[in-house]
Amino acid sequence: MADKLICRRLNAFYNHGQIQALRNVDLAVGANLVTAIIGPSGCGKSTLVRCLNRMHEEVPGASAQGEVLLDGEDIYDPGLDPARVRRRIGMVFQKPAPFPTMTIAENVAAGLRLNSARMSRAELDEIVERSLHHAALWDEVKDRLAEPGVSLSGGQQQRLCVARALAVEPEVLLMDEPCSALDPISTARIEELLLELKDSYTIVIVTHNMQQAARTSDYTAFMYNGELVEFGDTKQIFTNPSRPETEDYITGRFG
Amino acid sequence: MISPAVAVSREFRRKLKSDLMIAVTALATLLALVPLFLVLGYLISKGASSLNLDFFIRTPRPVGEPGGGMANAIVGTFELVGMACLAGVPIGIGAGLYLAEHPLSTLGRAIRFAADITMGMPSIVIGIFAYAVVVRPMHEFSALAGAFALAVIMIPLVTRTTEEMVKLVPRELREAALALGVPRWRTSLSIVVRTALTGIATGVILAIARIAGETAPLLFTAFGNQFWSTSVTHPIAALTVQVYAFAISPFADWQRQAWAGALVLTCIVLALEIGVRWMTSGAARVPR
Repeated sequence: MADKLICRRLNAFYNHGQIQALRNVDLAVGANLVTAIIGPSGCGKSTLVRCLNRMHEEVPGASAQGEVLLDGEDIYDPGLDPARVRRRIGMVFQKPAPFPTMTIAENVAAGLRLNSARMSRAELDEIVERSLHHAALWDEVKDRLAEPGVSLSGGQQQRLCVARALAVEPEVLLMDEPCSALDPISTARIEELLLELKDSYTIVIVTHNMQQAARTSDYTAFMYNGELVEFGDTKQIFTNPSRPETEDYITGRFG
Repeated sequence: MISPAVAVSREFRRKLKSDLMIAVTALATLLALVPLFLVLGYLISKGASSLNLDFFIRTPRPVGEPGGGMANAIVGTFELVGMACLAGVPIGIGAGLYLAEHPLSTLGRAIRFAADITMGMPSIVIGIFAYAVVVRPMHEFSALAGAFALAVIMIPLVTRTTEEMVKLVPRELREAALALGVPRWRTSLSIVVRTALTGIATGVILAIARIAGETAPLLFTAFGNQFWSTSVTHPIAALTVQVYAFAISPFADWQRQAWAGALVLTCIVLALEIGVRWMTSGAARVPR
């Protein structure tokens, strides 16, 4: 198994270095696998995924140190434009946020259009359709592509955001608690989607829901207090964790 | 135990107090509205009778000759406001964007402080400033100087509304665009500004309404002009200045025209405000 994304001694800070959110995190994310990050609130899960595509630095006063290698290339290389990194490593956020001024189709095409991709109307339409198929939304919206993206239900909006992220054709997809604002049916749709997408993408998902991690992921990382406590095969983490903190968390003794 | 009689009397007193307070606040509202309607009513009764086609298509006649109109002042007001917008809108929006994107930077704080001070400054002071930096070096009163003064008034208004409107755009939208690999400047323009556009346009129109009604900063910049002129380097007429000049004149016909001018000016400002109402109610219909 090839590692797609590797973190080495990753440290992250907020508030101009006054608060340390990640401490020497080492993590290897395998290609075409789903890697889940679990842990109690405030343990640094979201910070970690946001460091993986340089979104962390968009928070005022935030900074990161260490290496994150994408196919062996450090994404924190000072000569590298963060926008280029993000085109290769896409992200879906906790709260679905379709662009309110755009239609469903425009939302999906937004990443390409705003990156001034030179392509014909037909090519763009084709990518929109393919991305919506990938996000398992096409059948529900194919007759209303010109309606505003915000007219969809919450679960559909989140799948629209997945389609929007996929349209840019990233190699890695980061998902930061993508189901926390969704009902169980929409959650199930997103989980099915994860399993379909991992053939073509490498996926990292942050979740509060341990069943979700157990159901969807191949590897699981348990974080606590900004440190990566345990990382390993999902089955093993959930049945036979090697660290007592992990066991306490997954059996519900804290967190 | 409270006897039913006591309870009823207490309830009665409470109701009485409540009614009294409602009456007092209603009276206060009425008193606040009375001057507004008096001004409007008086303006319409005095102004409407002096309005005729000539008012819109003729320039003022020499002293003593009846007739003529304020066509030059109407055009002058539009020219001054238009030129002020040319500078004020892009600078104001740009500065507002900067403030929203870098709220805590040193430059950001300085701009916000300067904008707040300028907004609170008496407009006559801004007129004096424009006189010193534009009229003196050019050795002539000019439309350019007037537009400059109006732009100085307009910029902080547009800056602060833009900042507030941009701040209302959810952070999630910005992050969503950045996470698609969209460069920062493009995210600001195509997502943030686009989403805040209705609010920004509202702010711009309100600023236009404000500067269209300014007199003091034009007195020794645009200066006013009895003749037809659209040249930017010469004195130009403006409705407000013309109303002022005619109102303090001893001639009945000019005073009559001052009322007409005041009415036209009020209608222009009113139309802008109604436009804003219409625009914002339209925005409310679009789900956010």
